Amino acid sequence: MGLRINQGKFKSISRRELLKLTPVVALGAFAIPELQKPLLKVGLGISDWASGLLFRRGHLAPTFADAQVTPFDKFPINDYDVDDPEVDLENWKLTVAGAAQIPGEYTLAQIQSLPKQTQNTRHICVEGWDVVGNFGGARLSDFLKMIGASTLAPYVTVECADAYYESLDMATALHPQTLLCYEMYGKPLTREHGAPLRLQIPTKIGYKQAKYLTKLEVNSELYRVGYWEDQGYSDFYGL
Amino acid sequence: MASRALEIEDAKTGEVTEAVYEHPFVVRLCHWVNAISLFVLVGSGLQIFRAFPSFGAKIPQKDLIHWPKAFVLGGWLGGALQWHLTFMWIYIASGLVYVGYQLSSGNYKQVLFVPRDLPGVWPMVRHYFFFGPKPPAKEAYNPLQKHAYTSAIVLGVLSVLTGLAIWKPVQFSWLAWLMGGFHYARLWHFLIMWGLLAFVFGHLVMVVLHGWNNFVSMFTGWKKDPEYRPE
Repeated sequence: MGLRINQGKFKSISRRELLKLTPVVALGAFAIPELQKPLLKVGLGISDWASGLLFRRGHLAPTFADAQVTPFDKFPINDYDVDDPEVDLENWKLTVAGAAQIPGEYTLAQIQSLPKQTQNTRHICVEGWDVVGNFGGARLSDFLKMIGASTLAPYVTVECADAYYESLDMATALHPQTLLCYEMYGKPLTREHGAPLRLQIPTKIGYKQAKYLTKLEVNSELYRVGYWEDQGYSDFYGL
Repeated sequence: MASRALEIEDAKTGEVTEAVYEHPFVVRLCHWVNAISLFVLVGSGLQIFRAFPSFGAKIPQKDLIHWPKAFVLGGWLGGALQWHLTFMWIYIASGLVYVGYQLSSGNYKQVLFVPRDLPGVWPMVRHYFFFGPKPPAKEAYNPLQKHAYTSAIVLGVLSVLTGLAIWKPVQFSWLAWLMGGFHYARLWHFLIMWGLLAFVFGHLVMVVLHGWNNFVSMFTGWKKDPEYRPE
């Protein structure tokens, strides 16, 4: 049988074992209001860093048969402000700036002159719902070539007619499924879905896929990340 | 099993009480870290669920249930995601350390449900739920307890795998595919949470029923007056 000891000795053994658990108390830092925000920022930062590591350039998002595509009228319209920012479609141009050899204004016809790619991919909203849509457009990587973008620059940023803004890491911008999308379900984008041009990125969460694009910039630095990101959502949110 | 036993002698009465070292330090540490992270993950998970409280289509949206604000954590979807994406690392880390320790130390034998435990399950169920006689305790955990703990660990692993499928349905597309796609992975993740909550409920009831010495042992490792004869 076990060693015989007195009660005092047992108490001191027990106390020592209890004190070993003090590291658990460190988690209490999350309950301190001043520390909570920075700690959660670090946590989200670690998740974004891991997301970046997990992203594989050549790995394609699953694609679906036409029969699996959600009907067009069941494809949700999501925006932060207005369904239709009243873009002048006749005179619309995409402004290109930043680390590009041929900056300036590009017409939709110029973008449509690039090889067209159509794909049935899953669109996932940060809220939790998902739909499979049919999208058509030019590969962003082709457009970046067209404008002579420096692919060494780490970011592509966009601005929208409704004052929404977004940013993409260059690896995702160059991904073969990342589209400058001008068609959904074989028809030109409707105003609610971002006419005339939106981003469609099957490897990213929905809020990254900005609509009503007006400006595209190739950047070496970000002074802001994105409309939702700057309010506390994940910067990278790769799927 | 390296179970350590002591006899504690009361200086005044000379009475001798047995004590056994039941929970190694790493197990206790992981238990509490895991308990806190699970609490945070469930709270923030339910807040995330509030953003789309359904497992059907978005159009038309049929809501399943709306969680009262009092039972959720994070304040809003973005805040809840911050909590969820932070504590998932702590949860995963505590799980990995726990499983790694149990396997390398051999302590897993104390908790792992094996086929030989099967005949002992029904007598325990009969005792707990149908007023049957109490089967004699032979080791730290009875067969039903082992079953519960082993199931909880399996559910823990599944909670991480389904979570990964939701967080990275493209990079881990094979994982999402195994679960029936992103849509179903989300449902599995939710159901597994309820499985874990059912375990926690039963666990807490048992903690209350088994008294103070048992409760203290999860802090100090030492259980006074164990029901079984330590080796």
